[in-house]
Amino acid sequence: MDIHEYQAKELLKRFGVQVPRGGIAYSPEQAVYRASELSGDKCVVKAQIHSGARGKAGGVKICANEKEIAEAANWMLGRMLVTHQTGPQGKLVSRLYIEEATKIAQEIYLAFVMDRKEERVVVVASGQGGMEIEEISANEPDSIIRSVVDPAVGMQAFQAREIAFSLGLDAALIPQAVKTITGCYRMMEETDASMVEINPLVVSQAGEIMALDAKVSFDDNALFRRPDIMEMRDKSQEDTRETFASDRGLNYIGLDGQIGCIVNGAGLAMATLDMIKMAGGEPANFLDVGGGASPERVLMSFQAVLNDPKVEAILVNIFAGINRCDWIAEGVVRAVRELDLKMPIVVRLSGTNVEEGRKLIADSGLPILTAESLAEAAEKAVLAWKSATPKEAQ
Amino acid sequence: MAILIDKNSRVLVTGLTGRIGSFHAQDMVNHGTNVVGGVTPGKGGTKHIDLPVFNTVKGAVAETGADLVICFVPPPFAADAIMEAADAGIKTCVCIADGIPTQDMIKVKRYMRRYKAEKRMRLIGPNCAGIITPGQAFAGLMPPHIYLPGRVGIIGRSGTLGYEAASQMKERGIGVSTSVGIGGDPINGSSFRDILELFENDPDTDAVVMVGEIGGPQEAEAAAYIRDHMTKPVAAYIAGLSAPKGRRMGHAGAIVSAFGESAQEKVEILKEAGVTIVPTPSSFGEAVERMVA
Repeated sequence: MDIHEYQAKELLKRFGVQVPRGGIAYSPEQAVYRASELSGDKCVVKAQIHSGARGKAGGVKICANEKEIAEAANWMLGRMLVTHQTGPQGKLVSRLYIEEATKIAQEIYLAFVMDRKEERVVVVASGQGGMEIEEISANEPDSIIRSVVDPAVGMQAFQAREIAFSLGLDAALIPQAVKTITGCYRMMEETDASMVEINPLVVSQAGEIMALDAKVSFDDNALFRRPDIMEMRDKSQEDTRETFASDRGLNYIGLDGQIGCIVNGAGLAMATLDMIKMAGGEPANFLDVGGGASPERVLMSFQAVLNDPKVEAILVNIFAGINRCDWIAEGVVRAVRELDLKMPIVVRLSGTNVEEGRKLIADSGLPILTAESLAEAAEKAVLAWKSATPKEAQ
Repeated sequence: MAILIDKNSRVLVTGLTGRIGSFHAQDMVNHGTNVVGGVTPGKGGTKHIDLPVFNTVKGAVAETGADLVICFVPPPFAADAIMEAADAGIKTCVCIADGIPTQDMIKVKRYMRRYKAEKRMRLIGPNCAGIITPGQAFAGLMPPHIYLPGRVGIIGRSGTLGYEAASQMKERGIGVSTSVGIGGDPINGSSFRDILELFENDPDTDAVVMVGEIGGPQEAEAAAYIRDHMTKPVAAYIAGLSAPKGRRMGHAGAIVSAFGESAQEKVEILKEAGVTIVPTPSSFGEAVERMVA
C-alpha cells in the first residue's frame, strides 16, 4: 500500500526526522490560508498523488504570493495528473500540500529497502540527491553507499555515522544525520514499511537536515497489525477495477487487453497471460481466485473481470488441487446465467472433481466453450474473441 | 530415496486442529504419509482425526520422534511457529502460509542462523504448495494422483504451475523423484539453488525441472550454480513474460524491480548457463521428454 507525501512526512516527524512546515488544502482558498500560516517569502504547492516525478508533470509549483498560490491550486485540483509512473490515464489530484520553501545547500538521496539478496533491510544513500535512483546508478554508480541492517539489533549509530561521513557531511551535522537515518529505520521497522525513500534529503542553508520529499510503501501482508497505517489508504489513487476486487479478497491486476482471465494460483495466472499473448491476444487482467473457491467466489470473479468495459471474451483456467472443478463449474454456469453473458467464455478444468465439473458445464446447455489443455484454452479464447469482434475493433 | 521427504519421514502437523490443517493432514494420512501427530497450543493431550495433539513442538518431538513439520499456522503466527520448529530440532519445515509479513521472514532467517549449519532446520516455503515424493509421502496441498513416481525432480515457486508440469510429464510417462514448492514470497526458506544442490547429490534423480517467475535474484543464482556445479540436465520455464514492470503479480515476490528480474532476462541468463528452456507452460511434457531422452 502506498501513501501520500504529506502522510509520509507526518510519520517521519513522529520518528524524529525534520520536515519543512506545511499543511493540507482541498481548495484554492484553503491553499492561500495554509500558506499564510507559514513563514518565509515563498511556499511550494504540491499535488498529492501516489506517484513520483510530479514536478516534471506540473504538480509542484514554487509560489511567491497569494495569486500564484491560488492559480497553482486551481490548476492542480481535480486534474488527472500524468507522470511517467502513473500511466497515460494519470491520477486524480484531490488534495494539495502547501509547504514552506527551503533554501537548499546540499541534496542527498536516502532510501531503505527490503533487499531480497541480503534478505534484510538495506540502506541506500548517495550525495547525488534530486535525481532518481535509476539515473544515479547509471551516471554516478560510485556515489552509491550501501549498508545492511542486522534485524536482531536494528540499525546502529556507527552505521548511520559511516553513511553520513561517506556523504561528505560537515562534522557539525553528523548528530542530526544520525538521528535522521536511525529514525527512518525505526519507522520502517515499527510501521512495517516495505520502502522508505527520501529524495531529496537536504541540508538547508540554515544548517538543518530535512526531508523535502518522501515516498513510503507498506507491506500489504502486515497491514492487519497496523490499523493506523491502513487508515491512510486513499482509494481514489487506485485503479477502481482493482479496488473492487481487493475489497472482496480477490487478487486482481488490471491490464490493457480484451481477454478477461480467471485462474487459480499466481504462477498459473501469469502463465495463462503469457499463453494468451503467444496465441495472438491481449489479456485484460490478472486474477487469482485462490484455493477452495466457492461458486459465489467464482461469480464475484466474473463481476470483477466485467468491471472492465474493454473485456470481450473470458478465459477460465483451473488446475484444481485444493479447489474443486464442480464448484468452479457451478460458479461459471451461474455467472453466465445471472450476469446474462453474451461474450465468448472458454473454460479449461483439470484436477480434483474434473469429471463432475465438465458434466455440469455440458448439462447446462449454455454456449460455454471447453478445452482440455492450457494451450488449447488460450487458442480457443483468442479465436473466439477474434470471430466475435469486428476486425477493425481488434 | 529422493529428497527431503520419503515414507520414513515422521511428519508433525502444526496448526492441525484448524480447518485447513485437518483437511490436508487427513489427505496426507490417506495417501500413506507417516503423520505422527499435531501441535495446537492448549489442546495437548487430546486426539484430532485420530492423531495425538501436543502443546509444543518440543513436546511432540520428545514423544513421537518427529523430524519434519508441515506448518498450517495462519500468516500472523506462522513466523513464530517456524522458529519453534527450528528450536525443537526439526530437520525440515514446510510452511504453507501465504501472507507472512516480510519483516517476520527477515527475523526468521536471522533466527535460524543461531544454529550450526549441520543442525540448522531446512525451511521450505512459505507461500508454497509443499513437497511430495510420489508413491511415498507428501507434506502440502497438492493432489498426489497427478504425480507419477520417477526420476525427474521439480522445483517451483508456483503450486498450480508445478501441477501443470507434473501432469504433463505424467501424460508422457515421465515420473517425479520429488517435487518441491519453494514458494512465491520475496524472502523464502530455500532457494532454487539450495534445492538444485540436493537434487544434484540425489542418486534417485536424473534431471531437474525449474518453474520460475519474474522478480528476485534466485533464478540468476540458480543459473550460476547450474553452470559451475550441475552435472544433471536442467529445464526451466519462467512465468510472467507479459507482466508489466513494477506490478506485483499475485505472489508477493512476483514483481520486476531490478535488472535481471524480468522473465525475458531470466530466460537469457538460464539459457547461457546451458539450461533447456521450456518456451510455454503447455510444453513442459515435450521439453522434459526431449531432455531425458
